[in-house]
Amino acid sequence: MSRPMNSALLEIDAVTKRFGGFLALDRVSIQVRAGERLGLIGPNGSGKTTLINCVSGALPTDGGRILFEGRDITALPAHQRTRLGIVRSFQIPKPFTSMTVMENLGIPLEYAAHARARGATDALEILRAIGLDTKAGLRPTGLTQIEMRKLELARAMAARPKLLISDEAMAGLSSAEVDDILAILFRLNESGITIIMIEHIMRAVMRFSQRVVVLDAGTRIAEGTPEEIVRNPAVEKAYLGE
Amino acid sequence: MRTARAVLVGIGVIGLGLLLAGVRVNPYMYFAGYVVLQYVIIASAWNILGGYAGYVNFGTPAFFALGAYTAIFLMEALGAPLPVMILAGGLVAGLLGLGIGYLTLRLKGVFFSIATFALSVVVQTLIINWDFVGGAKGYTVIRPPAPFFGSWGVLLFVVMVTLAVVTVLVARSVERSWIGRGLAALRDNEEAAECMGVPTLRLKLFATTLSGFFLGVAGAPFPYYVTYVEPASAFDLNYAVNALAMPMIGGTTTWVGPVIGAVLLGTAQQVATVTISSELNLLIVGVVLVLFVVLAPEGIVGLARRLRSR
Repeated sequence: MSRPMNSALLEIDAVTKRFGGFLALDRVSIQVRAGERLGLIGPNGSGKTTLINCVSGALPTDGGRILFEGRDITALPAHQRTRLGIVRSFQIPKPFTSMTVMENLGIPLEYAAHARARGATDALEILRAIGLDTKAGLRPTGLTQIEMRKLELARAMAARPKLLISDEAMAGLSSAEVDDILAILFRLNESGITIIMIEHIMRAVMRFSQRVVVLDAGTRIAEGTPEEIVRNPAVEKAYLGE
Repeated sequence: MRTARAVLVGIGVIGLGLLLAGVRVNPYMYFAGYVVLQYVIIASAWNILGGYAGYVNFGTPAFFALGAYTAIFLMEALGAPLPVMILAGGLVAGLLGLGIGYLTLRLKGVFFSIATFALSVVVQTLIINWDFVGGAKGYTVIRPPAPFFGSWGVLLFVVMVTLAVVTVLVARSVERSWIGRGLAALRDNEEAAECMGVPTLRLKLFATTLSGFFLGVAGAPFPYYVTYVEPASAFDLNYAVNALAMPMIGGTTTWVGPVIGAVLLGTAQQVATVTISSELNLLIVGVVLVLFVVLAPEGIVGLARRLRSR
């Protein structure tokens, strides 16, 4: 059983997921190193979000294992994975609408980071870093689309992640706004957080990622640097057909 | 500090109740007061699940009646005293609450509400067919002489004041604790709450159990109060409607809301029963509820907040 210690922070090992007769993920394996910026791309319906749901614990898997820092987390409920340091943001922002922006950050600070005592200062610090501090007292319903995305990221930050999974944080944003979010993600990565980015905006994901994994119809069809992926005929086929 | 002050206020309210018991007003006032206080307990208990966690329980009669029938069972089987009946009534109803907690794994929103309503029908059917506690023909309670105050009417009033204070204090401390904040998060978005580290299942089980416990507590003294209990009165739909309407009118997100709603609506119902007709109760609830849902969806507490921030 002695496995050589490697530096993989997250190890997705032959994960399979079925929805009835539909095979959404077919023995997908991905390793993510600590500190890495990994891009996860693929056409619509290729299983990206399903894979993320399996990693974050929102969905149970039907086969395979998921290891985080060498520990098998396949059977852990989602909130415990968050406490270990796997935090995801949602494709469609899901703020706590009855709370202020500040209070939204209070939940992960208290429940995941166990930092209730320093809660207010910590929350303000995160909001300032992300450029949302002037909105601290507002309800999320009063936020613009980009502010909502930033809140989603800020709330994820408050959980003190080791691994941040950003699920289409930039869909529907303008080009300047995309740069804004990208800059935030780069800064987070510099502070030591490993990031998996799921994105349809190729310009963003190619610029951000050190390594890109491509899913198509539930299987991993390619992996490599952004340059290699762009030149890969299999990827081109998956996106454009023959 | 603020908890200490709240407890002091609670003790003050109990003292006031004792004072009222001492001055001996018209006996009817104690009976009416009992009903209003019973609704303070019901509304506060319901709100722990329905308001804080956002799971609308339409099966209040099941919990209330389970409290009442646990009391009857203990009376018939052991001749248990009132405090034992209240505690046991709460525990049995709390157990039922734990059961519906597991329902939340699969049922959300309106489907959860329908399931709780169905549960109420199931429990009622079981009780109707259980002759030991009176079955369909009901159970007549023979009360021993009242140990204090010389009258059960006055004594039960004081008991209800105490139970109401305890329930409200517990509801308040839940709302203001980490549990209350976690429940609010899962009410707003359960998936996001879980992903932010909130143990949603454990918190929901806690809320359903505690809510069920106090709904049972509200029902346990009921047999002593009415002295004749039959399934139709213990499982009255009024409890389901009022348990939901009172917090809605007062405001569901804080502990004060259900108290305000129960006192206002409960008193209005008692006044209407005496002055106009006993059947007018539900009409009042209906009209007031529609008005509030349309004009002040966050209840009186939300309305006051909006006016203050203006």
